[in-house]
Amino acid sequence: MLLEINNISIVYADVIQVLKGVSLNVETHKIVSLLGSNGAGKTTTLKAISGLLKPENGKVTDGSIVYEGNRIDNLSPEEITRKGIIQVLEGRQPFKYLTIEENLRVGTATRWGKPYRKDLEMVYDYFPALLSRRKSLAGYCSGGELQMLVMGRALMAHPRLLLLDEPSLGLAPLVVREIFKIIRRINEEQGTTIVLVEQNSTMALQIAHYGYVMENGKIVMEGTAEDLRKNPDIKEFYLGKGSADALKSYQNVKSYRRRKRWL
Amino acid sequence: MDFFLQLLVNGICIGLIYGISAMGFVMIFKASSVINFAHGELLAIGAFLFLTLVTWAELPVYAAFLLTLVGSFALGFIVERLFLRPLIGEPLIEVIMLTVGLASMFKGIMLFIWGGNLHTFPDFLPETLTLQWGTIHVPPVYVAALIIGLLFLTLFGLFFKYSSQGIFMRSVADNQSAALSLGVHVKRVFALSWGIAALVAAMSGIVLGIMNGINVHELSSIGLKVFPVVILGGLDSIGGAVIGGILIGLLETFTGGYLSTSLKDVLPYIVLVVILLVKPYGLFGLVEIERV
Amino acid sequence: MMKKLKLHPCGNFKERYEDELHVFSTDFGKLSSMIGLLLLFSLVPYVGGSYVLYILNMMGIAAIAAVGLNLLVGYTGQISLGHGAFLGVGAYAAAVFATRFSAPFWMAVPAAGLITAFVGLIFGLPSLRLKGLYLTISTLAGQFIIEYLLVHWENVTGGTMGITLPAASIFGIDLAEDRSFFFVIYMSLAGLVWVAVNLTRTKYGRAFVAIRDNDRAAEGMGIPIFRYKLLSFAISSCYAGLAGGLWAYYMVSITSEPFNLLLSVEYIAMIIIGGLGSIAGSIYGAVFITLLNEGLRWGTDFLMNTSLFPEIGLTIAPIREFVFGLAIVLFILFEPKGLAEVWRIIRSSFKLWPFSY
Repeated sequence: MLLEINNISIVYADVIQVLKGVSLNVETHKIVSLLGSNGAGKTTTLKAISGLLKPENGKVTDGSIVYEGNRIDNLSPEEITRKGIIQVLEGRQPFKYLTIEENLRVGTATRWGKPYRKDLEMVYDYFPALLSRRKSLAGYCSGGELQMLVMGRALMAHPRLLLLDEPSLGLAPLVVREIFKIIRRINEEQGTTIVLVEQNSTMALQIAHYGYVMENGKIVMEGTAEDLRKNPDIKEFYLGKGSADALKSYQNVKSYRRRKRWL
Repeated sequence: MDFFLQLLVNGICIGLIYGISAMGFVMIFKASSVINFAHGELLAIGAFLFLTLVTWAELPVYAAFLLTLVGSFALGFIVERLFLRPLIGEPLIEVIMLTVGLASMFKGIMLFIWGGNLHTFPDFLPETLTLQWGTIHVPPVYVAALIIGLLFLTLFGLFFKYSSQGIFMRSVADNQSAALSLGVHVKRVFALSWGIAALVAAMSGIVLGIMNGINVHELSSIGLKVFPVVILGGLDSIGGAVIGGILIGLLETFTGGYLSTSLKDVLPYIVLVVILLVKPYGLFGLVEIERV
Repeated sequence: MMKKLKLHPCGNFKERYEDELHVFSTDFGKLSSMIGLLLLFSLVPYVGGSYVLYILNMMGIAAIAAVGLNLLVGYTGQISLGHGAFLGVGAYAAAVFATRFSAPFWMAVPAAGLITAFVGLIFGLPSLRLKGLYLTISTLAGQFIIEYLLVHWENVTGGTMGITLPAASIFGIDLAEDRSFFFVIYMSLAGLVWVAVNLTRTKYGRAFVAIRDNDRAAEGMGIPIFRYKLLSFAISSCYAGLAGGLWAYYMVSITSEPFNLLLSVEYIAMIIIGGLGSIAGSIYGAVFITLLNEGLRWGTDFLMNTSLFPEIGLTIAPIREFVFGLAIVLFILFEPKGLAEVWRIIRSSFKLWPFSY
């Protein structure tokens, strides 16, 4: 087990409780997908792992996060990133006034002073689109290029655990497919363990090995990607292909309610 | 005409030094959005450190210069560690007030050690550094200012463009949370920016001290001229700081040459107020889109 | 008819919003401040000697200006580094009114306040489109420009010679003495504190606080922030002008020298040490800094006389600068809410004693 989260609660600004006892496990070399609607607490979970809660005045108040046998909850982001956990933030946050290549070089911060030429080549190999634009400012790149940039930037850090927050956000379907293919490749070729937070459940469950479903700050379901794909509730609520008549009629509202509660 | 050209050259030389001193100020602002009201005192401390090393410790000039730069860097680093770091995340108003307090403290210490009198450096610049261009005569200090100014500009340009640490510093200024997510040591970047700011301030303090003599009040009020400079150039533009510095330097020397020497010190501030009214983000500043 | 006295209830029993707005939450507080005022005016001026009264008067003048600065910095969140210069504008305005137009005391001082408010408005204009820190820089520029004008606008300000004022008198009463001036200063202070306290609980005061806490949100709620920022700036400058006018009359002769950047920093120190966003805090700060100034003067005199460290006693200025700076830094690092907070903590721990939980 690379990462074990045991029953954590997270409180922002000492008053707002966002996570209420979340537990999840991530096995080495696997892709684990975290699904759920907006505000379910997915991003907060990722930030708890990567230590980025602290600058936002959030805190893990209960439970533990264990990475490779060591507790990492409430460590500073500087320490956590140096253990090999890198988060790719939601909404593609490039350094706008830096060129593509400079952006990638920021990714070497965790091992400052070591050579990085090979890694640049590796990133350009995964994302050939970046190579042709390496001298231009990131602020002028398209959304797809930026997503590749921020993922490449994270790869530069040699992560052992990569936390991806909604890589498909606002991208064209073809680009999304491309990105997910690359995520799969990174996982297979580099052996990087990946936690993937997604709204696009169909795509996520296609490449993931295991999945968790979150609602209102709690894990409500878990299972292998295969099982989740087949689960009728997941189909209905997240994959949008439930048995078509189930929701259409008001007579079935009760069963919807029941399922929701059970979830 | 000759007088005009003479003033032009002098103005550019002084302005370059102002610009470089302002660069340090902008760097702190960009990295940690702290407005440093103690910048003038950092400048004066540099000049006095150099003075002490040259006259009292009788070190050779180049050694004293290097030692001053190292010492100032350490001072900036320590100031950040001791005073600014506990305030990370506190309201801006407290941080600004803290630098006002620091300025007052530093000034007191300097007056205590070196007194309020005018000191001068021993003459160490070689006469051969003079430039003679027809009837235009550029004294050695100004030539030295030009050389040092251009040298530092190039060095910092290279540092920010090519070195990893320079790129990390720019990344923090650009997007702090993204830098944090990649493991950039943000606090170290803050400390580093304070160190570099103190270093360039000391450097300009030495040059200005050679030009006008060294006096605590004089030098710290020259240091406050970073405000007109950075307002003119835009608070967040390092290149703008240099250009703003040159403009203010020119403005000063021309007022001093043609109008009156007492007006020369206050005119930059009048320009500042006008600029704030007319073009509030400066000539080269970025208008940030701000969200609540 | 005897009203039942309201004392401190054990807990927060406020039932209406008006309750929150009361200046004094209990009758005891009202009573004690009435008694305090009575003692201040009936006992203090007759007990204190000339030196004590001089110190008290300086405190009073400082307190007026500090209350004004706190309205701007503590309540509206706009930092001014030009308060010392605005004090100078007030002093010179009063002096010019008194000498050129032979205006009487009761007219010259309020006029000084108005003139200073107007000057303040000019330097407040850059807050039009920009955030607080630009205003700070603009007031710093104001400090230097005003200082320059005070020295170089010679046919009005008398240059470095300064101006000597006629003796102050009000309604035929001579105010040349410390004692009679004490009444003028402290009545003005009481009146101005009353205005300030009441201002903070009106629509204006709440708008100020809203701007301080989040100016964008305040704007979104329909507060015209630019107008309120300017208003706050004008009120604050007006207080400085009134204090400056009183200072000019009290000192009889003025020069531009004391109204420098150090004075502005001194006032910043007062409100930080006293407590940002607290009217009472401004007064604590004024008392603290004035006493500190006197203490330092005593200390350096003492050191000079003992001739133990003759060189230390040479000049008081560096020690003053250092101590002010240190006080600002220490308060910001360790007690950013100032003496007002310290006093509150002491009081509440007394109230709960011996069962503090």
